[in-house]
Amino acid sequence: SAMEYTLLLTIFLLAVFVGFEIITKVPPTLHTPLMSGSNAISGITLVGALLTIKMDYGWFAQTLGFLAVVLATVNAVGGFMVTHRMLEMFRKKKG
Amino acid sequence: MSMELTNIIYMVAAVLFILGLKGLTHPKTAVRGNMYGSAAMFLAVVVTLFLGGMNYWVIFAGLAVGAVIGVIFAMKIQMTAMPQLVALFNGFGGAASFLVAGATLSFATDADLNVPNLTATALSGLIGAVTFSGSLIAFGKLQELKFIKDVRFDNQQLINACLAIGSILFGVLMVLVPQYAGLFYVLMCLLALALGVLLVIFIGGADMPVVISLLNSYSGLAASAAGFVLGNTVLIIAGSLVGASGLILTRIMCVAMNRSLTNVLFGKMQASGESASAD
Repeated sequence: SAMEYTLLLTIFLLAVFVGFEIITKVPPTLHTPLMSGSNAISGITLVGALLTIKMDYGWFAQTLGFLAVVLATVNAVGGFMVTHRMLEMFRKKKG
Repeated sequence: MSMELTNIIYMVAAVLFILGLKGLTHPKTAVRGNMYGSAAMFLAVVVTLFLGGMNYWVIFAGLAVGAVIGVIFAMKIQMTAMPQLVALFNGFGGAASFLVAGATLSFATDADLNVPNLTATALSGLIGAVTFSGSLIAFGKLQELKFIKDVRFDNQQLINACLAIGSILFGVLMVLVPQYAGLFYVLMCLLALALGVLLVIFIGGADMPVVISLLNSYSGLAASAAGFVLGNTVLIIAGSLVGASGLILTRIMCVAMNRSLTNVLFGKMQASGESASAD
């Protein structure tokens, strides 16, 4: 409904402003980990993929949905893990 | 589980995503920030599964395959190859977004084919497809694959502009002629995939980190658009957080490399010997 779309748009705009504000000064060593960590967060599309896999949506939607689940899971799981590895590496270098 | 409860837990996940991103900007809190992010993702996925009515065999197969591939990639990768792995993962996220939008279109009822829904579907497909092919090329460039190393041909900007206008046109046609939305969606995605390739293939390897950061921002926006299609708040919030913060990080990285974003995107090399003191 129209009301629903305005609410979703409000949420979107507020989150955009939060996204702009939380990144201020980032030390150069954290550029790549931050990029990697936020890339893992964009794997949230996994939630959308799950919602497309229902019996009554037919095999075509479920096939696309399955592929999307696989790809988004690689993005999220792999992304958080590789970010952790990067950060561990920096910590070891320092200590 | 009721939609109200689901949305409340989505809200908790959204807060954790914000804290996670913020944490990642400081050396002391970075590890914790990344953990907040992964906890938020876990929470959002589990609570979605509890909504019920899904084909769980397909879902668990997909989650298992994806998790195994993700873990293997993350564990086996050489430290020096991490940027290209991020590019690859980012491409996968973009692909997932245009697949989700496509899947949603395939089971849309006539009532679903309204202007806001179709606009969101078109945006998710367009941005997702550009992100996917662009990220794969960025991966290939950093991996120093020979066949994409020094591609050059005439009229690149003109061809890019035509592809961009063409794909946007098909997106607009989706909204204007909903009975053929599926066909236009496929055509739009094909042009967008070509556009993603050509946008990145002319950019030099040294500028790739900036490009990956920008593509990362795009993949967030694609996820956010998919959130509008599905009316899902956590997708919208997490996606737009990545979209906005990714843009800021891209700018920060440009400044650190003493490059302007326009120069990076249009493949202009910095004149040798010229430094910041020139301007």
